[in-house]
Amino acid sequence: MSHPLPQIMLNELDYSYPNGTVALRKINLNIYRGELVGIMGMNGAGKTTLIRTLNGLIRPSNGTVNIEAENIEPKSIGELSKKVGLIFQNPQHQIFSNTVAEEIEFSLKSLNLDKEKVRNKTIEVLKTFNLEKYRERSPLNLSGGESKKLAIASTICRDPEILVFDEPTLGQDAKEISFFTNLLKEERENGKTIIIVTHNIEFAMEYIPRTILMAKGKIIADGITKKVLTNQYLVKKSSLVLPQTRKFALKLKEIGIKCPDNIFSKVEMKNFLANYLKTKLTEV
Amino acid sequence: MSLITFNNFHFRYKKNKEYQLNNINLKIDVNKFILLCGETGSGKTTLIRSMNGLIPQFYPGYYKGNVIVNEKDTSETPIAELARDVGIVFQNPENQLIAMDVENEIAFGMENLGFPKEKMIEKLNNITRTMEIEHLLDKAPFELSGGEEQRVAIASILVLEPKILILDEPLSSLDPYMAEKIIFLLKKIQIETNTTIIISEHRMDLILPVVDEIILMSNGSVLEHDTKEKIINGKTFQDLNLNKQIIYSIFSQLKKENLFKEKIPASISEAIDYVQKKN
Repeated sequence: MSHPLPQIMLNELDYSYPNGTVALRKINLNIYRGELVGIMGMNGAGKTTLIRTLNGLIRPSNGTVNIEAENIEPKSIGELSKKVGLIFQNPQHQIFSNTVAEEIEFSLKSLNLDKEKVRNKTIEVLKTFNLEKYRERSPLNLSGGESKKLAIASTICRDPEILVFDEPTLGQDAKEISFFTNLLKEERENGKTIIIVTHNIEFAMEYIPRTILMAKGKIIADGITKKVLTNQYLVKKSSLVLPQTRKFALKLKEIGIKCPDNIFSKVEMKNFLANYLKTKLTEV
Repeated sequence: MSLITFNNFHFRYKKNKEYQLNNINLKIDVNKFILLCGETGSGKTTLIRSMNGLIPQFYPGYYKGNVIVNEKDTSETPIAELARDVGIVFQNPENQLIAMDVENEIAFGMENLGFPKEKMIEKLNNITRTMEIEHLLDKAPFELSGGEEQRVAIASILVLEPKILILDEPLSSLDPYMAEKIIFLLKKIQIETNTTIIISEHRMDLILPVVDEIILMSNGSVLEHDTKEKIINGKTFQDLNLNKQIIYSIFSQLKKENLFKEKIPASISEAIDYVQKKN
Protein backbone atom coordinates (compact mmCIF):
# COMPACT_ATOMS: atom_id res chain seq x y z
CA MET A 1 0.00 0.00 0.00
CA SER A 2 1.42 3.39 -0.91
CA HIS A 3 1.84 5.96 1.82
CA PRO A 4 -0.69 8.79 1.52
CA LEU A 5 0.59 12.19 0.51
CA PRO A 6 0.81 14.70 3.37
CA GLN A 7 -2.04 17.22 3.42
CA ILE A 8 0.39 19.96 4.48
CA MET A 9 3.98 20.02 3.24
CA LEU A 10 6.39 22.75 4.24
CA ASN A 11 9.65 22.67 2.30
CA GLU A 12 12.77 24.58 3.31
CA LEU A 13 10.75 27.47 4.68
CA ASP A 14 12.57 30.65 5.70
CA TYR A 15 11.03 33.88 6.90
CA SER A 16 12.48 37.16 8.16
CA TYR A 17 10.39 40.10 9.35
CA PRO A 18 10.98 43.46 7.60
CA ASN A 19 13.02 44.63 10.63
CA GLY A 20 15.49 41.80 9.99
CA THR A 21 14.33 39.41 12.75
CA VAL A 22 14.73 35.87 11.47
CA ALA A 23 11.60 33.95 12.48
CA LEU A 24 11.82 30.70 10.49
CA ARG A 25 14.92 28.81 9.38
CA LYS A 26 14.78 25.89 6.94
CA ILE A 27 11.51 24.45 8.15
CA ASN A 28 10.59 21.06 6.71
CA LEU A 29 7.37 19.57 7.97
CA ASN A 30 4.72 17.10 6.80
CA ILE A 31 1.29 16.85 8.39
CA TYR A 32 -1.19 14.18 7.30
CA ARG A 33 -4.97 14.46 6.97
CA GLY A 34 -6.75 13.84 10.26
CA GLU A 35 -3.69 14.38 12.46
CA LEU A 36 -3.76 16.38 15.71
CA VAL A 37 -0.41 18.10 16.07
CA GLY A 38 0.90 20.41 18.77
CA ILE A 39 3.52 23.10 18.24
CA MET A 40 5.37 24.17 21.37
CA GLY A 41 8.42 26.22 22.28
CA MET A 42 9.65 29.37 23.95
CA ASN A 43 8.30 32.87 23.28
CA GLY A 44 9.66 34.10 19.97
CA ALA A 45 10.52 30.57 18.72
CA GLY A 46 8.56 31.11 15.51
CA LYS A 47 5.39 29.15 16.33
CA THR A 48 2.88 31.85 15.42
CA THR A 49 4.88 32.85 12.32
CA LEU A 50 4.86 29.24 11.19
CA ILE A 51 1.09 28.81 11.41
CA ARG A 52 0.50 32.13 9.67
CA THR A 53 2.26 30.77 6.57
CA LEU A 54 -0.53 28.18 6.27
CA ASN A 55 -3.25 30.61 5.20
CA GLY A 56 -1.06 33.13 3.42
CA LEU A 57 -1.02 35.77 6.17
CA ILE A 58 2.74 35.42 6.00
CA ARG A 59 4.43 34.60 2.71
CA PRO A 60 7.76 32.82 3.20
CA SER A 61 11.00 34.51 2.07
CA ASN A 62 12.18 31.13 0.73
CA GLY A 63 10.69 27.66 0.39
CA THR A 64 7.17 26.49 -0.35
CA VAL A 65 3.93 25.73 1.47
CA ASN A 66 1.91 23.00 -0.22
CA ILE A 67 -1.62 22.15 0.82
CA GLU A 68 -3.12 19.09 -0.80
CA ALA A 69 -0.16 18.94 -3.19
CA GLU A 70 -0.72 22.49 -4.40
CA ASN A 71 1.71 25.33 -3.85
CA ILE A 72 -0.35 28.03 -2.11
CA GLU A 73 1.80 30.91 -3.32
CA PRO A 74 -0.62 32.15 -6.01
CA LYS A 75 -3.69 31.80 -3.79
CA SER A 76 -5.26 34.71 -1.93
CA ILE A 77 -5.81 34.77 1.85
CA GLY A 78 -9.57 34.71 1.16
CA GLU A 79 -9.28 31.50 -0.89
CA LEU A 80 -6.96 29.86 1.62
CA SER A 81 -9.18 30.78 4.57
CA LYS A 82 -11.90 28.51 3.20
CA LYS A 83 -9.53 25.58 3.62
CA VAL A 84 -7.49 26.71 6.62
CA GLY A 85 -9.33 28.20 9.61
CA LEU A 86 -6.92 30.11 11.82
CA ILE A 87 -8.01 31.09 15.33
CA PHE A 88 -5.75 33.78 16.75
CA GLN A 89 -4.28 33.92 20.24
CA ASN A 90 -6.02 37.22 20.92
CA PRO A 91 -9.67 36.88 19.85
CA GLN A 92 -10.03 40.67 19.64
CA HIS A 93 -7.81 40.51 16.54
CA GLN A 94 -10.47 38.66 14.59
CA ILE A 95 -13.76 39.90 16.07
CA PHE A 96 -15.15 43.15 14.73
CA SER A 97 -18.98 42.98 14.53
CA ASN A 98 -21.32 44.91 16.81
CA THR A 99 -22.95 41.87 18.37
CA VAL A 100 -22.11 38.23 18.99
CA ALA A 101 -24.81 37.04 16.54
CA GLU A 102 -23.61 39.43 13.81
CA GLU A 103 -20.09 38.05 14.15
CA ILE A 104 -21.30 34.53 13.34
CA GLU A 105 -23.58 35.83 10.56
CA PHE A 106 -20.70 37.70 8.98
CA SER A 107 -18.56 34.60 8.94
CA LEU A 108 -21.34 32.51 7.40
CA LYS A 109 -22.03 35.07 4.67
CA SER A 110 -18.64 34.25 3.13
CA LEU A 111 -20.11 30.83 2.22
CA ASN A 112 -22.66 32.51 -0.11
CA LEU A 113 -25.63 31.04 1.78
CA ASP A 114 -29.08 32.62 1.46
CA LYS A 115 -30.39 34.83 4.28
CA GLU A 116 -32.60 32.20 5.88
CA LYS A 117 -29.85 29.60 5.95
CA VAL A 118 -27.50 32.14 7.53
CA ARG A 119 -30.13 32.96 10.17
CA ASN A 120 -30.83 29.30 10.98
CA LYS A 121 -27.20 28.30 11.02
CA THR A 122 -26.38 31.26 13.31
CA ILE A 123 -28.98 30.05 15.82
CA GLU A 124 -27.52 26.55 15.64
CA VAL A 125 -23.92 27.74 16.12
CA LEU A 126 -24.81 30.01 19.06
CA LYS A 127 -26.57 27.06 20.68
CA THR A 128 -23.69 24.64 20.08
CA PHE A 129 -21.21 27.07 21.61
CA ASN A 130 -23.49 28.12 24.51
CA LEU A 131 -23.41 31.71 23.33
CA GLU A 132 -27.20 32.24 22.92
CA LYS A 133 -27.49 34.37 26.06
CA TYR A 134 -24.92 36.78 24.63
CA ARG A 135 -26.40 37.01 21.12
CA GLU A 136 -27.17 40.74 21.36
CA ARG A 137 -24.13 41.59 23.45
CA SER A 138 -21.19 43.54 22.06
CA PRO A 139 -18.17 41.22 21.70
CA LEU A 140 -16.20 43.94 23.53
CA ASN A 141 -18.27 43.20 26.64
CA LEU A 142 -17.47 39.49 26.70
CA SER A 143 -14.96 38.04 29.14
CA GLY A 144 -11.63 36.80 27.76
CA GLY A 145 -12.78 33.17 27.72
CA GLU A 146 -16.12 33.98 26.11
CA SER A 147 -14.56 36.04 23.32
CA LYS A 148 -12.17 33.17 22.66
CA LYS A 149 -15.17 30.88 22.28
CA LEU A 150 -16.78 33.34 19.85
CA ALA A 151 -13.62 33.45 17.73
CA ILE A 152 -13.57 29.65 17.59
CA ALA A 153 -17.29 29.47 16.75
CA SER A 154 -17.03 32.04 13.94
CA THR A 155 -14.21 30.07 12.31
CA ILE A 156 -15.51 26.53 12.80
CA CYS A 157 -18.96 27.42 11.45
CA ARG A 158 -17.37 27.81 7.99
CA ASP A 159 -16.23 24.19 8.21
CA PRO A 160 -12.60 24.51 7.02
CA GLU A 161 -10.73 21.23 6.49
CA ILE A 162 -7.70 22.35 8.48
CA LEU A 163 -8.10 24.02 11.87
CA VAL A 164 -5.21 25.94 13.38
CA PHE A 165 -5.49 27.20 16.95
CA ASP A 166 -3.06 29.62 18.56
CA GLU A 167 -3.20 29.09 22.35
CA PRO A 168 -6.83 27.86 22.48
CA THR A 169 -6.84 27.05 26.21
CA LEU A 170 -5.54 30.45 27.23
CA GLY A 171 -7.89 32.14 29.68
CA GLN A 172 -10.30 29.20 29.61
CA ASP A 173 -11.71 27.56 32.73
CA ALA A 174 -12.04 23.79 33.20
CA LYS A 175 -15.58 23.68 31.77
CA GLU A 176 -14.49 25.51 28.63
CA ILE A 177 -11.40 23.36 28.19
CA SER A 178 -13.61 20.31 28.47
CA PHE A 179 -15.95 21.84 25.85
CA PHE A 180 -12.94 22.47 23.64
CA THR A 181 -11.60 18.92 23.97
CA ASN A 182 -15.02 17.53 23.02
CA LEU A 183 -15.00 19.85 20.02
CA LEU A 184 -11.56 18.57 19.02
CA LYS A 185 -12.84 15.00 19.28
CA GLU A 186 -15.83 15.77 17.04
CA GLU A 187 -13.76 17.64 14.48
CA ARG A 188 -11.26 14.78 14.32
CA GLU A 189 -14.09 12.30 13.84
CA ASN A 190 -15.16 14.50 10.92
CA GLY A 191 -11.70 13.97 9.44
CA LYS A 192 -10.34 17.44 10.18
CA THR A 193 -6.63 18.11 10.51
CA ILE A 194 -5.88 20.10 13.66
CA ILE A 195 -2.80 22.08 14.59
CA ILE A 196 -2.52 23.63 18.04
CA VAL A 197 0.10 26.10 19.24
CA THR A 198 0.17 25.91 23.02
CA HIS A 199 2.22 26.49 26.16
CA ASN A 200 -0.14 24.26 28.11
CA ILE A 201 2.01 21.19 28.79
CA GLU A 202 -0.60 19.30 30.80
CA PHE A 203 -3.16 19.80 28.01
CA ALA A 204 -0.68 18.61 25.38
CA MET A 205 0.24 15.54 27.42
CA GLU A 206 -3.39 14.53 27.73
CA TYR A 207 -4.84 15.34 24.32
CA ILE A 208 -2.17 15.86 21.64
CA PRO A 209 -0.57 12.74 20.16
CA ARG A 210 2.24 14.41 18.17
CA THR A 211 4.29 17.44 19.23
CA ILE A 212 6.71 19.62 17.32
CA LEU A 213 9.17 21.61 19.43
CA MET A 214 10.58 24.86 18.07
CA ALA A 215 13.49 27.02 19.20
CA LYS A 216 14.98 30.05 17.45
CA GLY A 217 12.99 29.52 14.27
CA LYS A 218 13.93 25.86 13.88
CA ILE A 219 12.19 22.57 14.55
CA ILE A 220 14.28 20.85 17.24
CA ALA A 221 12.05 17.83 17.83
CA ASP A 222 9.04 16.15 16.24
CA GLY A 223 7.53 13.03 17.78
CA ILE A 224 5.17 11.37 20.21
CA THR A 225 4.13 14.02 22.77
CA LYS A 226 4.74 11.87 25.85
CA LYS A 227 8.30 11.18 24.71
CA VAL A 228 9.10 14.72 23.56
CA LEU A 229 7.74 16.52 26.63
CA THR A 230 9.40 14.23 29.16
CA ASN A 231 12.84 14.55 27.56
CA GLN A 232 14.65 16.84 30.01
CA TYR A 233 17.19 18.06 27.44
CA LEU A 234 14.52 19.05 24.90
CA VAL A 235 12.28 20.61 27.55
CA LYS A 236 15.12 22.82 28.79
CA LYS A 237 16.22 23.77 25.29
CA SER A 238 12.72 24.97 24.40
CA SER A 239 12.06 26.87 27.67
CA LEU A 240 9.32 24.51 28.75
CA VAL A 241 9.05 22.78 32.10
CA LEU A 242 8.44 19.10 32.73
CA PRO A 243 4.80 17.99 33.15
CA GLN A 244 3.63 17.90 36.78
CA THR A 245 3.35 14.11 36.88
CA ARG A 246 6.93 13.77 35.59
CA LYS A 247 8.23 16.31 38.14
CA PHE A 248 6.40 14.43 40.87
CA ALA A 249 7.77 11.06 39.67
CA LEU A 250 11.35 12.41 39.73
CA LYS A 251 10.86 13.79 43.26
CA LEU A 252 9.47 10.41 44.39
CA LYS A 253 12.60 8.74 43.01
CA GLU A 254 14.75 11.21 44.95
CA ILE A 255 13.22 9.98 48.21
CA GLY A 256 13.75 6.37 47.23
CA ILE A 257 10.34 5.43 45.84
CA LYS A 258 10.62 3.49 42.62
CA CYS A 259 8.17 5.30 40.36
CA PRO A 260 8.18 3.83 36.83
CA ASP A 261 9.14 6.04 33.87
CA ASN A 262 5.97 5.19 31.95
CA ILE A 263 3.69 7.19 34.24
CA PHE A 264 2.44 10.18 32.28
CA SER A 265 -1.17 10.98 33.21
CA LYS A 266 -2.69 12.01 36.54
CA VAL A 267 -4.79 8.83 36.54
CA GLU A 268 -1.65 6.69 36.15
CA MET A 269 0.06 8.62 38.96
CA LYS A 270 -3.02 8.33 41.18
CA ASN A 271 -3.12 4.56 40.62
CA PHE A 272 0.59 4.23 41.39
CA LEU A 273 0.20 6.21 44.63
CA ALA A 274 -2.96 4.30 45.57
CA ASN A 275 -1.06 0.99 45.29
CA TYR A 276 1.88 2.42 47.19
CA LEU A 277 -0.31 3.75 50.02
CA LYS A 278 -2.21 0.43 50.19
CA THR A 279 1.08 -1.42 50.77
CA LYS A 280 1.97 1.06 53.51
CA LEU A 281 -1.43 0.51 55.16
CA THR A 282 -0.88 -3.27 55.02
CA GLU A 283 2.59 -2.90 56.56
CA VAL A 284 1.03 -1.06 59.52
CA MET B 1 -7.04 48.68 58.88
CA SER B 2 -7.31 46.78 55.58
CA LEU B 3 -5.50 47.95 52.48
CA ILE B 4 -8.53 47.33 50.25
CA THR B 5 -12.14 47.18 51.49
CA PHE B 6 -15.22 46.49 49.39
CA ASN B 7 -18.44 47.53 51.19
CA ASN B 8 -21.65 46.11 49.68
CA PHE B 9 -20.30 46.97 46.23
CA HIS B 10 -22.43 46.33 43.12
CA PHE B 11 -21.65 47.23 39.53
CA ARG B 12 -23.15 46.72 36.10
CA TYR B 13 -21.83 47.98 32.78
CA LYS B 14 -24.11 50.48 31.05
CA LYS B 15 -24.82 48.18 28.07
CA ASN B 16 -25.52 45.09 30.16
CA LYS B 17 -28.77 44.25 31.87
CA GLU B 18 -27.37 42.06 34.63
CA TYR B 19 -24.97 43.14 37.39
CA GLN B 20 -21.38 41.92 36.93
CA LEU B 21 -20.62 42.42 40.63
CA ASN B 22 -23.22 41.63 43.29
CA ASN B 23 -22.86 42.82 46.85
CA ILE B 24 -19.11 42.41 47.19
CA ASN B 25 -17.72 42.57 50.71
CA LEU B 26 -13.98 41.99 50.95
CA LYS B 27 -11.08 42.98 53.16
CA ILE B 28 -7.57 42.63 51.77
CA ASP B 29 -4.57 43.12 54.05
CA VAL B 30 -0.98 44.23 53.59
CA ASN B 31 1.66 41.70 52.46
CA LYS B 32 -0.64 39.03 51.06
CA PHE B 33 -0.28 37.06 47.84
CA ILE B 34 -3.85 36.42 46.74
CA LEU B 35 -5.19 34.28 43.91
CA LEU B 36 -8.42 35.56 42.42
CA CYS B 37 -10.10 32.52 41.08
CA GLY B 38 -13.36 31.74 39.28
CA GLU B 39 -14.87 30.39 36.12
CA THR B 40 -14.76 32.51 32.95
CA GLY B 41 -17.20 35.42 33.23
CA SER B 42 -17.40 35.20 37.03
CA GLY B 43 -16.47 38.89 37.40
CA LYS B 44 -12.71 38.70 38.13
CA THR B 45 -11.69 41.41 35.65
CA THR B 46 -14.56 43.68 36.73
CA LEU B 47 -13.48 43.27 40.37
CA ILE B 48 -9.91 44.19 39.39
CA ARG B 49 -11.10 47.29 37.53
CA SER B 50 -12.88 48.34 40.73
CA MET B 51 -9.62 48.42 42.67
CA ASN B 52 -8.02 51.42 40.96
CA GLY B 53 -11.07 53.55 40.17
CA LEU B 54 -11.44 52.51 36.50
CA ILE B 55 -14.80 51.33 37.80
CA PRO B 56 -16.84 53.46 38.39
CA GLN B 57 -14.90 56.42 36.96
CA PHE B 58 -13.87 55.23 33.48
CA TYR B 59 -16.25 52.42 32.54
CA PRO B 60 -19.79 53.74 32.18
CA GLY B 61 -22.25 51.86 34.37
CA TYR B 62 -24.21 51.82 37.59
CA TYR B 63 -22.83 51.15 41.08
CA LYS B 64 -23.87 50.89 44.69
CA GLY B 65 -21.68 50.65 47.80
CA ASN B 66 -18.04 51.68 47.81
CA VAL B 67 -14.45 50.51 47.50
CA ILE B 68 -11.76 51.98 49.78
CA VAL B 69 -8.13 51.57 48.72
CA ASN B 70 -5.42 52.74 51.10
CA GLU B 71 -8.04 54.91 52.87
CA LYS B 72 -9.21 56.52 49.60
CA ASP B 73 -12.69 56.12 48.13
CA THR B 74 -12.19 54.91 44.53
CA SER B 75 -15.28 56.75 43.26
CA GLU B 76 -13.94 60.16 44.38
CA THR B 77 -10.14 59.92 44.18
CA PRO B 78 -8.59 60.72 40.78
CA ILE B 79 -7.43 57.57 38.97
CA ALA B 80 -3.94 59.08 38.60
CA GLU B 81 -3.69 59.36 42.39
CA LEU B 82 -4.96 55.81 42.93
CA ALA B 83 -2.37 54.62 40.40
CA ARG B 84 0.36 55.59 42.90
CA ASP B 85 -0.95 52.88 45.23
CA VAL B 86 -2.30 50.34 42.76
CA GLY B 87 -0.43 49.01 39.74
CA ILE B 88 -2.42 46.85 37.35
CA VAL B 89 -1.15 44.63 34.56
CA PHE B 90 -4.13 43.98 32.34
CA GLN B 91 -5.11 40.78 30.61
CA ASN B 92 -4.32 42.17 27.18
CA PRO B 93 -0.98 43.97 27.49
CA GLU B 94 -1.15 45.67 24.11
CA ASN B 95 -3.94 47.87 25.50
CA GLN B 96 -1.61 49.38 28.05
CA LEU B 97 1.55 49.89 25.98
CA ILE B 98 1.51 53.45 24.67
CA ALA B 99 5.09 54.75 24.26
CA MET B 100 7.15 54.85 21.06
CA ASP B 101 9.59 52.22 22.29
CA VAL B 102 10.08 49.80 25.16
CA GLU B 103 12.61 52.00 27.00
CA ASN B 104 10.19 54.94 27.07
CA GLU B 105 7.34 52.61 28.01
CA ILE B 106 9.15 51.50 31.15
CA ALA B 107 10.37 55.03 31.95
CA PHE B 108 6.95 56.69 31.37
CA GLY B 109 5.41 55.83 34.74
CA MET B 110 8.58 56.65 36.65
CA GLU B 111 8.80 60.07 34.92
CA ASN B 112 5.22 60.84 35.87
CA LEU B 113 5.88 59.94 39.49
CA GLY B 114 8.99 62.19 39.52
CA PHE B 115 11.69 59.55 40.07
CA PRO B 116 15.25 61.06 39.96
CA LYS B 117 17.08 60.28 36.70
CA GLU B 118 19.82 58.12 38.28
CA LYS B 119 17.22 56.02 40.08
CA MET B 120 15.24 55.64 36.86
CA ILE B 121 18.29 54.38 34.97
CA GLU B 122 19.18 51.94 37.75
CA LYS B 123 15.66 50.56 37.97
CA LEU B 124 15.32 50.36 34.20
CA ASN B 125 18.56 48.37 33.94
CA ASN B 126 17.59 46.03 36.76
CA ILE B 127 14.10 45.25 35.54
CA THR B 128 15.08 44.77 31.90
CA ARG B 129 17.76 42.30 32.98
CA THR B 130 15.39 40.39 35.26
CA MET B 131 12.64 40.19 32.65
CA GLU B 132 15.13 39.36 29.86
CA ILE B 133 13.99 42.25 27.69
CA GLU B 134 17.27 44.23 27.34
CA HIS B 135 17.38 43.42 23.63
CA LEU B 136 13.92 44.94 23.11
CA LEU B 137 14.58 48.46 24.45
CA ASP B 138 14.61 50.15 21.03
CA LYS B 139 11.63 48.25 19.68
CA ALA B 140 8.15 49.71 19.25
CA PRO B 141 5.40 47.92 21.21
CA PHE B 142 3.71 46.78 17.96
CA GLU B 143 6.90 44.92 16.97
CA LEU B 144 6.73 42.67 20.04
CA SER B 145 5.36 39.14 20.27
CA GLY B 146 2.55 38.38 22.76
CA GLY B 147 4.99 37.06 25.37
CA GLU B 148 7.34 40.02 24.93
CA GLU B 149 4.45 42.49 25.31
CA GLN B 150 3.42 40.74 28.50
CA ARG B 151 6.94 40.97 29.95
CA VAL B 152 7.21 44.68 29.04
CA ALA B 153 3.80 45.43 30.60
CA ILE B 154 4.79 43.65 33.82
CA ALA B 155 8.18 45.44 33.89
CA SER B 156 6.59 48.87 33.39
CA ILE B 157 4.36 48.34 36.44
CA LEU B 158 6.94 46.60 38.66
CA VAL B 159 9.40 49.53 38.42
CA LEU B 160 6.80 51.80 40.03
CA GLU B 161 6.84 49.68 43.22
CA PRO B 162 3.11 50.07 43.99
CA LYS B 163 1.75 49.03 47.41
CA ILE B 164 -0.76 46.86 45.65
CA LEU B 165 0.15 44.95 42.52
CA ILE B 166 -2.70 43.44 40.54
CA LEU B 167 -2.15 41.14 37.58
CA ASP B 168 -4.99 39.91 35.37
CA GLU B 169 -3.85 36.63 33.78
CA PRO B 170 -0.30 37.92 33.42
CA LEU B 171 1.22 34.60 32.43
CA SER B 172 -1.17 33.66 29.66
CA SER B 173 1.20 34.30 26.73
CA LEU B 174 4.40 33.31 28.47
CA ASP B 175 6.30 30.11 27.96
CA PRO B 176 6.38 27.97 31.13
CA TYR B 177 10.01 28.84 31.92
CA MET B 178 9.31 32.59 31.91
CA ALA B 179 5.98 32.12 33.72
CA GLU B 180 7.75 30.26 36.58
CA LYS B 181 10.46 32.88 36.69
CA ILE B 182 7.95 35.74 37.00
CA ILE B 183 5.98 33.95 39.72
CA PHE B 184 9.12 33.53 41.83
CA LEU B 185 10.01 37.17 41.19
CA LEU B 186 6.56 38.29 42.39
CA LYS B 187 6.91 36.18 45.54
CA LYS B 188 10.33 37.75 46.19
CA ILE B 189 8.84 41.25 45.76
CA GLN B 190 6.05 40.43 48.22
CA ILE B 191 8.47 39.12 50.86
CA GLU B 192 11.02 41.91 50.48
CA THR B 193 8.67 44.90 50.19
CA ASN B 194 5.45 43.78 51.95
CA THR B 195 3.56 44.38 48.72
CA THR B 196 0.07 42.94 48.41
CA ILE B 197 -0.21 40.99 45.17
CA ILE B 198 -3.53 39.98 43.66
CA ILE B 199 -3.37 37.72 40.65
CA SER B 200 -6.06 36.27 38.43
CA GLU B 201 -4.69 33.17 36.75
CA HIS B 202 -6.11 29.96 35.34
CA ARG B 203 -2.81 28.04 35.44
CA MET B 204 -3.06 26.85 39.02
CA ASP B 205 -0.16 24.41 38.77
CA LEU B 206 2.12 27.41 38.49
CA ILE B 207 0.56 29.81 40.94
CA LEU B 208 -0.86 27.81 43.84
CA PRO B 209 2.49 26.98 45.51
CA VAL B 210 3.22 30.68 46.18
CA VAL B 211 -0.16 32.18 47.16
CA ASP B 212 -1.28 32.87 50.76
CA GLU B 213 -5.00 33.36 50.22
CA ILE B 214 -7.64 32.60 47.60
CA ILE B 215 -10.74 34.59 46.65
CA LEU B 216 -13.31 32.36 44.96
CA MET B 217 -15.79 34.10 42.62
CA SER B 218 -18.87 32.90 40.79
CA ASN B 219 -21.59 34.84 38.93
CA GLY B 220 -20.34 38.21 40.12
CA SER B 221 -20.23 37.24 43.81
CA VAL B 222 -17.41 36.40 46.17
CA LEU B 223 -18.17 32.89 47.41
CA GLU B 224 -15.23 32.54 49.77
CA HIS B 225 -12.08 34.38 50.80
CA ASP B 226 -9.70 32.49 53.06
CA THR B 227 -6.27 30.93 53.38
CA LYS B 228 -5.14 28.67 50.54
CA GLU B 229 -5.24 25.57 52.78
CA LYS B 230 -8.85 26.18 53.86
CA ILE B 231 -10.07 26.99 50.36
CA ILE B 232 -8.55 24.01 48.53
CA ASN B 233 -9.86 21.64 51.18
CA GLY B 234 -13.38 23.04 50.95
CA LYS B 235 -16.40 21.91 48.94
CA THR B 236 -16.88 25.19 47.04
CA PHE B 237 -13.43 24.90 45.46
CA GLN B 238 -14.06 21.26 44.66
CA ASP B 239 -17.38 22.04 42.94
CA LEU B 240 -16.22 24.93 40.74
CA ASN B 241 -15.03 24.30 37.17
CA LEU B 242 -11.48 25.47 37.73
CA ASN B 243 -8.25 24.20 36.17
CA LYS B 244 -7.21 22.52 39.37
CA GLN B 245 -3.63 21.52 39.68
CA ILE B 246 -2.60 17.95 38.92
CA ILE B 247 -1.51 17.34 42.53
CA TYR B 248 -4.97 18.44 43.71
CA SER B 249 -6.70 16.04 41.31
CA ILE B 250 -4.49 13.12 42.37
CA PHE B 251 -4.86 13.64 46.13
CA SER B 252 -8.57 14.51 46.10
CA GLN B 253 -9.17 11.23 44.25
CA LEU B 254 -7.05 9.36 46.81
CA LYS B 255 -9.18 11.00 49.49
CA LYS B 256 -12.37 9.75 47.82
CA GLU B 257 -10.87 6.25 47.86
CA ASN B 258 -10.12 6.60 51.60
CA LEU B 259 -6.42 6.19 51.01
CA PHE B 260 -5.57 9.73 52.09
CA LYS B 261 -7.08 11.53 55.07
CA GLU B 262 -4.99 14.67 55.52
CA LYS B 263 -5.15 18.17 54.01
CA ILE B 264 -4.72 18.19 50.23
CA PRO B 265 -1.21 19.38 49.36
CA ALA B 266 -0.90 22.68 47.47
CA SER B 267 2.38 21.82 45.77
CA ILE B 268 4.59 18.92 44.70
CA SER B 269 6.93 19.56 47.63
CA GLU B 270 4.03 19.34 50.13
CA ALA B 271 2.93 16.10 48.46
CA ILE B 272 6.46 14.71 48.71
CA ASP B 273 6.57 15.65 52.42
CA TYR B 274 3.41 13.61 52.96
CA VAL B 275 4.67 10.55 51.03
CA GLN B 276 8.00 10.75 52.87
CA LYS B 277 6.18 10.58 56.20
CA LYS B 278 4.52 7.36 55.06
CA ASN B 279 7.79 5.92 53.71
